[in-house]
Amino acid sequence: MSRRPRTRTVWLVGVAVALLVAGVASWYASGSPDGLEWAAGRAGFLGTAEDSAAAGSPLADYSVRGVDGGRLSGGLAGVAGVLVTLVLAGGLALLLRRRGDRTPRR
Amino acid sequence: MHVPDGFLDVPTSAATAALAAGTVAVALRQSRRELDDLTAPLAGLTACFVFAVQMMNFPVAAGTSGHLMGGALTAALVGPWTAVLCMTVVLLVQAVFFADGGLVALGTNVVLVGLVTVLVGWGLLRATTAVWSRSRTAVLAGAGLGAFLSVPAAALVFTALFAAGGVADVPVGTVAAFMTGVHGLIGLGEAAITVAVLGAVVAVRPDLVRGARHLARTGLAPRTDTGRTDTVRTDTVRTDTGRLDPTGSAR
Repeated sequence: MSRRPRTRTVWLVGVAVALLVAGVASWYASGSPDGLEWAAGRAGFLGTAEDSAAAGSPLADYSVRGVDGGRLSGGLAGVAGVLVTLVLAGGLALLLRRRGDRTPRR
Repeated sequence: MHVPDGFLDVPTSAATAALAAGTVAVALRQSRRELDDLTAPLAGLTACFVFAVQMMNFPVAAGTSGHLMGGALTAALVGPWTAVLCMTVVLLVQAVFFADGGLVALGTNVVLVGLVTVLVGWGLLRATTAVWSRSRTAVLAGAGLGAFLSVPAAALVFTALFAAGGVADVPVGTVAAFMTGVHGLIGLGEAAITVAVLGAVVAVRPDLVRGARHLARTGLAPRTDTGRTDTVRTDTVRTDTGRLDPTGSAR
């Protein structure tokens, strides 16, 4: 059997893939309305949607305010989102974990 | 499926927020069983990966699109309780920083995308391995089936919430038909991404996958970063006499 990659390698590759997907591949995401938006439009309740109180966020709608160019702005917003999510979820998991215990229990 | 503010009335949104908060509170305690020094960093990785892939809307028939929800994949990778926390963090970041999904509707989105999908995904993964086999094929098939069904399941729960507290005066049957139809198609994409990502991780390090750890035990012991097996900690293997103590009981 071939050597298994180290945990750190798996982690770094995973974060790199996430950054590439959010920063670059997302340029090619479909711009069509998503399933809920489409269904709401067809069923006739899309008009009841209200702007979020967070609509004024500098990252609202996956673009960085003040940065021109859809790709650059969207890519930077995606990278920022990946990093914020990584820090928040990773930090929470590190706080909650059983320290010094590498053997997962049932 | 990120519900904006305004679709559901305030009492319904308050009820889903209470359900979401209660579940997260339980998950904060229960996830401890799933998180240790090895798996905790992978929870952060899984969450940021789901955030990234949720940006990748793929086209679905009839001028609409869908994206991964990720609850089934996350549950298979890090376990169901940790998955609830990971999905909640993703939805919180999206709602607060990206205005994707409403703030009043955050509890609704946690219930739909962070709870229903995890429940359906993990439940079907466990059911499949219980009744069929614990093989890699069964794990991936169960995860794929769970991922596929988790999307229309979330659509149905949204429809039920709409029936209870939808602001617009629209027949519930109409909402159910459109929601389950399009989300059935999106579920196929959900299953494809889930099986592809899970299959890749299981192929290289099954011991890191909550829903597939048993696959690592059936063959040779997995190589770990220290070159020792996972059940031996480097700081507990030596007794006072310098002998190896694989059970760590001399601690």
